[in-house]
Amino acid sequence: MAKAPARSNDAPKKAAATPAPAPNREMPRDPVPYDASPEELEKFYRDMMLIRRFEEKAGQLYGLGLIGGFCHLYIGQEAVAVGLQSALDADKDSVITGYRDHGHMLAYGIDPNVIMAELTGRAAGISRGKGGSMHMFSVEHKFYGGHGIVGAQVALGNGLAFAHKYRGDGGVAMAYFGDGAANQGQVYESFNMAELWKLPIIFVIENNQYAMGTSVNRASAEDQLYRRGESFRIPGLQIDGMDVLAVRGAAETALEWVRAGKGPILLELKTYRYRGHSMSDPAKYRSREEVQAVRDQSDPIEHLKRLMVEAGITEDKIKGIDKEIRQIVNESADFAENAPEPELHELYTDVLVEQY
Amino acid sequence: MPIELKMPALSPTMEEGTLAKWMVKEGDVVQSGDILAEIETDKATMEFEAVDEGTVEKILIAEGSDNVKVGTVIAIIRGEDDTGEVAASAAPAKAEAAEAPAQAAPAAKPVTAKAQVSDPAIPAGTEMVKTTVREALRDAMAEEMRADDRVFVMGEEVAEYQGAYKVTQGLLQEFGPQRVVDTPITEYGFAGLGAGAAMGGLKPVIEFMTFNFAMQAIDHIINSAAKTNYMSGGQMRCPIVFRGPNGAASRVGAQHSQNYAPWYANVPGLVVISPYDAADAKGLMKAAIRSEDPVVFLENELLYGRSFDVPAMDDYVLPIGKARIMREGAGVTIVSYSIGVGLALEAAEALAADGIDAEVIDLRTLRPLDTATVLASLKKTNHLVVVEEGWPVCSIASELAMVAMEQGFDDLDAPVVRVCNEDVPLPYAANLEKAAVVDVPRVIAAVKSICNRA
Repeated sequence: MAKAPARSNDAPKKAAATPAPAPNREMPRDPVPYDASPEELEKFYRDMMLIRRFEEKAGQLYGLGLIGGFCHLYIGQEAVAVGLQSALDADKDSVITGYRDHGHMLAYGIDPNVIMAELTGRAAGISRGKGGSMHMFSVEHKFYGGHGIVGAQVALGNGLAFAHKYRGDGGVAMAYFGDGAANQGQVYESFNMAELWKLPIIFVIENNQYAMGTSVNRASAEDQLYRRGESFRIPGLQIDGMDVLAVRGAAETALEWVRAGKGPILLELKTYRYRGHSMSDPAKYRSREEVQAVRDQSDPIEHLKRLMVEAGITEDKIKGIDKEIRQIVNESADFAENAPEPELHELYTDVLVEQY
Repeated sequence: MPIELKMPALSPTMEEGTLAKWMVKEGDVVQSGDILAEIETDKATMEFEAVDEGTVEKILIAEGSDNVKVGTVIAIIRGEDDTGEVAASAAPAKAEAAEAPAQAAPAAKPVTAKAQVSDPAIPAGTEMVKTTVREALRDAMAEEMRADDRVFVMGEEVAEYQGAYKVTQGLLQEFGPQRVVDTPITEYGFAGLGAGAAMGGLKPVIEFMTFNFAMQAIDHIINSAAKTNYMSGGQMRCPIVFRGPNGAASRVGAQHSQNYAPWYANVPGLVVISPYDAADAKGLMKAAIRSEDPVVFLENELLYGRSFDVPAMDDYVLPIGKARIMREGAGVTIVSYSIGVGLALEAAEALAADGIDAEVIDLRTLRPLDTATVLASLKKTNHLVVVEEGWPVCSIASELAMVAMEQGFDDLDAPVVRVCNEDVPLPYAANLEKAAVVDVPRVIAAVKSICNRA
């Protein structure tokens, strides 16, 4: 075992005027909350409400047995995907995430019908029923999944960023992962290469406080996850992930940094998931009161609603949006229930692209 | 419309459960997120939350009820403006839905009419150039990089060092550091980066210094690269080549000496190639880079320096999935791949002196496996020996024995015999290593054992 460096217990000596260490590198500017127009507020609300209602419906369909396997809901975290992705350029930027992926797809404007139909395992699903909740992709929307192995999307996201840089297409990759994945070794391999090669990538840690049942503090020696890039010289920002304007503001700062060719940046979004890790998680590792306190005090949608009212948007108008969203979600559920299952011959398609 | 609350499925396997406790009573107003009941599954006690807002109108299943089937209506909730009759829920109960697919007969595997592919004809008079396997692989990569600017090479020591085994020699000078990229020693990280770049539209060639180190990266090879096309319903491809030396080298001990061919050949969604000579190495590497599928390309360090004839053609590309008859014969079929092909050819020469006429087949591609060529040969010789520089258990050899039994049983005059390495980690001591690895005398003995010449 290495010897600890000798340390004096004496009070720090006043002596020699040690100048404060000069920052050895440039840091991104401090993010400011985004100054949204009433129309933008309304759009954020619409997108976040769509995710919430969609996920509630997915939970309901799971309960009815129409959705099987693992199903990880995004309820509580809506401000993260909506705030960040609203800042991206959908024509050139790419997004990749883990298995809690429904919200990111909805935030990128992918049709709720084909997402819900994938959850119910139907031919009309975005992966033709062969992927399921955790494995959905839309190359058309530059949404690259939907990956079931914790942390894999970080290395894959590095590859998307490498491709942007290789082609010089000006695109930025956004790779989401959770506080659990933040402890995976490949994340640090990826950080190293991303900074070494100044890849255009925004690493996003969605810190929802629990990796399945293990709280951040029980799993992380450095629990301030935004600092996890420091030894790779990747700047990090810690952001309130329950405030969509704070999230969008951070996205602006991050994009400014990355698009200027300064390499990767790390965002830690402090958020919370209301539901269990997956549908089969009884969530006994936290108290009901804890969850309720977050719902009551920090709910991202309630917060946004207050901002909308302050901006002069009427309660009636908001109710109208709610109604529209319910309609969209109900239609997606109907579509997903009634769409036929894949034909059995689909079992053998898409294993390989080519025939040999 | 009043809403029927049904017994929820709270785990992937739950079919029934116990309604342990109601947390609401008739007449209560509930909000989305309120807990309605506690339900015991086979695994845990779960809270059942309300999704819709409304008033609990009727509780139909009393608390404490056991074996409540998923989908049973347990309560009725009435929304604030509801006046209508209880409607049948839009969602059918899962019970019936779940049964249907399980009962359906498995679909017949579609038989796609497949054109019989063969190696390109080499025009008479084509110059044959003595080339090492190492140079052939490099030439293939260089030609494909010239032809397609999406192709890049990445790995440890591939650029400035010119390749740990000099396979990428000269590529940096011709294509520059953008396309020939040295990585830190982070196999998991750069295999994932490569797979992501392939998903993002590039054509990466990822070199592992040896495939032993690729075990650090096997998650990306299998979970990320091999399964993506299927999981995405054919929407997202991962055209990537993972290449490097595989199998036993010489005196490098157990951790650096292993044949991974059976591991990768087990995985649907991968193409696995393992050539023997220089011409095949070149023609198949070019095909691998052009393929839209993920390819694992297994080379052999001991073959890198061997020279073979390679036709001097502008674009020598070979078909993937096609074995090659290296030596024609009528008495016994010896099938192998990679370094084992050399042993099989040597053994065949020795056997000829003893009057045994052996046919030698180089599989070249291990997935998809060219069983047609092997079975056609078996039909002719009625004897099959598989030679594999690798462990015997769950090997390519055991797979071929199964293929012969399933599809060539009537052609077999003797049991299929496999000649593999000893079933031990590879030892360091020279004498022990020699004893562990397949060699020509063992191939000869195996052939004689089934050809009644022992």
